[in-house]
Amino acid sequence: MKNGARTKAGLAALLWLGLALPPARALLEASMTRQMLIQMPLLALVGWWLAAAVPAVWRDAINRWNAHGINGFLIASLTGMLWMVPRMLDEALDLPWVEVAKFTSMPLLIGLPLALSWPRAGFVLRAAVLVEAIATAFRLAWLYLASPVRLCSSYLLDDQQRLGQGLLVLGLTLCVVLGWKLMWGHVRVDGA
Amino acid sequence: MRLRGRVVPALRTLLASLPIVAGGLAALHAATDGFQAFTSETARRLSIARDPRLLPQVPLEAADGSTVQLGDLRGRWLLVDFIYTRCETYCSVQGNEFARLQQRLGTQIQAGQVQLVSISFDPAYDDPAQLAAYQRRSGDRGSGWIVARPVQTTDLPKLLATFGVKAVPDGLDGYVHNAAISIVNPEGRVVAVLDWDAMQQAQDYVLQRVAP
Repeated sequence: MKNGARTKAGLAALLWLGLALPPARALLEASMTRQMLIQMPLLALVGWWLAAAVPAVWRDAINRWNAHGINGFLIASLTGMLWMVPRMLDEALDLPWVEVAKFTSMPLLIGLPLALSWPRAGFVLRAAVLVEAIATAFRLAWLYLASPVRLCSSYLLDDQQRLGQGLLVLGLTLCVVLGWKLMWGHVRVDGA
Repeated sequence: MRLRGRVVPALRTLLASLPIVAGGLAALHAATDGFQAFTSETARRLSIARDPRLLPQVPLEAADGSTVQLGDLRGRWLLVDFIYTRCETYCSVQGNEFARLQQRLGTQIQAGQVQLVSISFDPAYDDPAQLAAYQRRSGDRGSGWIVARPVQTTDLPKLLATFGVKAVPDGLDGYVHNAAISIVNPEGRVVAVLDWDAMQQAQDYVLQRVAP
């Protein structure tokens, strides 16, 4: 393993352990907004960093089944869909095995496959993934802002609406980043 | 040869995507009770309807200071809700609704076929005096409605779990809770959970099932 890869894997392990500490979990899971906008993305980041530690032999084997990164995106989006079910947030608090599933699937089935797939995806596929991510943020934001009922029994309505606002900001930020890249950034159009 | 070099990875990827999609859909299916319950509130109602839960044997202290064993109320249809007396929103309306149900189901209550029960999930504050005041200001009609708190605080989680009730402190000395009317059959099983304001539905549910 190269030095850079070792550092990244070490950071990933530290971040994961830090997030798993009971005080960190209590703090991040006390609010729906913190669980969805901080804890879950950080768990995915653990997996993204972990990708650097995947041995070249494994990577080659995975790549053979992952043309243009399609299957990685597929795994990440299906796992993401699962964790967007409001019930899962409640159950992660109530059932230890769901919490374990969250702490393993977020890095291994979202962050890791995204990191293995993103460099292999061409311009069109990357654009499709980004635009869909933006659309999902807006759809969820709209749902949480408009819903008069609590979708999670464990959280308060104002928390849910704050999450809606947060997702709106996230979607807008992604829009700006994408727009900026297209206008002034360096975009690779040839594809992998 | 060049064509093959492009087609084979694409085919392999397609082949691999099939079990991935199947696995993802299976996980979603399992997580939502067959695409039926996306929120835990729906899941609670579904689970109770599918697999009616037995009431725990828990002693309750009623507004008049007497002790009632929840298990001893078997043999009657019970309409149960969870409240805290400091509540100024849902619960005050819930109280009025129970008082009205008391009147509308008066005949069945007299015949010992139906009983209304309100249980406080804030037993530290809701002593018998507070419970009595709550019952009075809700318009209590005198009989057939027990307003009570669990005698032992340790029984509370058991009760909440049986009925699938969750009370979250709202940071303003109150609670936000999934208010509902739960229906318990004469065998002591929670058989249905209705919306907290579904008074008419609760009444019809019981009237259709009690012996005439």
